[in-house]
Amino acid sequence: MALKTGRARGPDVMEPEFAIERHGGEARLILAGPWTTVDAERIERLADGFATDLKGATRVLIDLSRVGRLDTLGAWVVDRARATFQASGVDAGYVNLTQEQKILLNEVTYRDVLGKPQPAQSQAVDILADVGQAMVGSWRDLVGGTSFLGALVAAIGRVLRNPSKFRFTPLVFHLEAVGLRSVPIIALISFLVGCIVAQQGIFQLRKFGATPFVVDLIGILALRELGVLLTSIMIAGRSGSAFTAEIGSMKMREEIDALRVMGLDPIEVLVLPRIFALMIALPLLTFVADIASLFGGGVVAWIYGSISQDVYLDRLRNAVALNTFLVGLIKAPFMALVIGVIACIEGLAVKGSAESLGRQVTASVVKSIFMVIVVDGLFAMFFAAIKY
Amino acid sequence: MSEAAAPAVEDAKTPDREAIIRVRDLVVAFGEKRVMNGLNLDVRRGEILGFVGASGAGKSVLTRTILGLVQKQSGTIEVFGESLDDISPQRRRAIERRWGVLFQQGALFSSLNVKQNVQVPMREYLKLSPRLMDELAILKLEMVGLKADVGGKNPSELSGGMIKRVALARALSLDPDIVFLDEPTSGLDPIGAQDFDELIATLQKTLGLTVFMVTHDLGSLYSVCDRIAALGDGKVIAVGAIETMLESRDPWLQAYFHGKRAQSLVGAEPAR
Repeated sequence: MALKTGRARGPDVMEPEFAIERHGGEARLILAGPWTTVDAERIERLADGFATDLKGATRVLIDLSRVGRLDTLGAWVVDRARATFQASGVDAGYVNLTQEQKILLNEVTYRDVLGKPQPAQSQAVDILADVGQAMVGSWRDLVGGTSFLGALVAAIGRVLRNPSKFRFTPLVFHLEAVGLRSVPIIALISFLVGCIVAQQGIFQLRKFGATPFVVDLIGILALRELGVLLTSIMIAGRSGSAFTAEIGSMKMREEIDALRVMGLDPIEVLVLPRIFALMIALPLLTFVADIASLFGGGVVAWIYGSISQDVYLDRLRNAVALNTFLVGLIKAPFMALVIGVIACIEGLAVKGSAESLGRQVTASVVKSIFMVIVVDGLFAMFFAAIKY
Repeated sequence: MSEAAAPAVEDAKTPDREAIIRVRDLVVAFGEKRVMNGLNLDVRRGEILGFVGASGAGKSVLTRTILGLVQKQSGTIEVFGESLDDISPQRRRAIERRWGVLFQQGALFSSLNVKQNVQVPMREYLKLSPRLMDELAILKLEMVGLKADVGGKNPSELSGGMIKRVALARALSLDPDIVFLDEPTSGLDPIGAQDFDELIATLQKTLGLTVFMVTHDLGSLYSVCDRIAALGDGKVIAVGAIETMLESRDPWLQAYFHGKRAQSLVGAEPAR
């Protein structure tokens, strides 16, 4: 009678073990030690070897009387071995079971729970399916966006007819979150970008002896494009993501459904104040960004390009007109609308999982920034066409 | 080999078993408010302890304190005879592996499907073949009364009762010695709740499981709990079998166990 002990551990550590007694065709499989999850790895290895260890036996009796502890994992593996014997035509059964073991083995009787594995599809089909899904997805995005915009306009209509329905408190709250609290960071990055543009401008224009034209460069670039673009991208990252996450986690916890069943329109309650706040805050922030980048440009022009403040302001007055400033500012509310709509749609598209929330927030930021740049391009073409 | 034949059946059915969890003079406070105020509690090996108390009395706080999710101000908590304060992270991990927790809301990982949720502890602690892990996951799901095809679903597609069951399957994933159940039967229909009770009783019998169960379900308290502990004013105000609770003079316990709902249960199911 041989007992498989495997590698020796400390004398006080008991491991799952087994021994085999043979009497002709009948084999007695004696299990000993703890057959529990703690030694799961070893148990699986031992049990997988039973078939080879007991080759040639026509009848197998599994004796559990020396098993110290048995849990569901141990019972499952042992019973799986028994079922494998049965399936290969060997008569297998238990002897010397305690009451507890009987109940446990009854509970976890082996059955084929996995079923047939699904045949794998070919990769070409997978790729085609992915492409098709992406196309359908983008079409749905477009339809969804349009219908959301419609719902938004309808909600605005309802609010206009009945202004008391408009929620001013959330509007003010979001104005603070989106507008006031963004001022420092937007002023800072605009100032820095103004500095960089001025420095590069002076550096390059120096070759042509045209250093003073850097003021025209900064003035037009900052007011027409940079101010509004930087602000929009910053707000898309800062507030768009926040809107998506807020609305998304409300969606996850059925808060949106709760609003609906109380007869409140989520678009009126959640979306309108946010989008209005964005549309008010973004032009204001654009103005801040304009001034900050002009200031940054002025500082660099003075230090690095030796253009005194008087000269800088004088040239700036000649270089930019009111329309230069307005071109930038007019774009701001549209950018706000694009960011707000995308953020809210993505928020409402969140499904139950944390992963989906993360995915929608990412999608919200990426799509808003992309659309901001597209809209900016469209405006550039439009203003060029009307020569403004 | 003969030493292997002498298994340590430590959880033999002795009436006065050792305490597997021992809480002494526990104080937990949030700001000024003392939620636990010198609480003492023993959970004995192999028993099902029902834990009752008014809503907001701190039942979940106690569970979370034992689990180490809430910081305690003073007192000691011993699990498996080891104080949780002065053990190494390795020992702590070894202990954490031996308990399973069913959170009130299930706390399933929403980015994993049901089968993967049940397999999380196995993947983390055991080295098993994928086939055995799949089989075990489905076995646990079937043990808690779910069909095998639930395994492929996402937690967001499950009903409240199914979430509870999957969470229990996950808690049982490593065949733990202790399970903490936070209101396991709330949100289940009476039949489901009864199944749940029977399941817990079966597991306790077969695996020698120790169960710490926070519950408001009088049915569970009557049918499966070996002992009941009642929490009031940050202390355990009474502990014992259901008879002890019924005899208690404490007004809250009187109201709890002699209220209308309790009366109907007592009528239907005379004291065991």
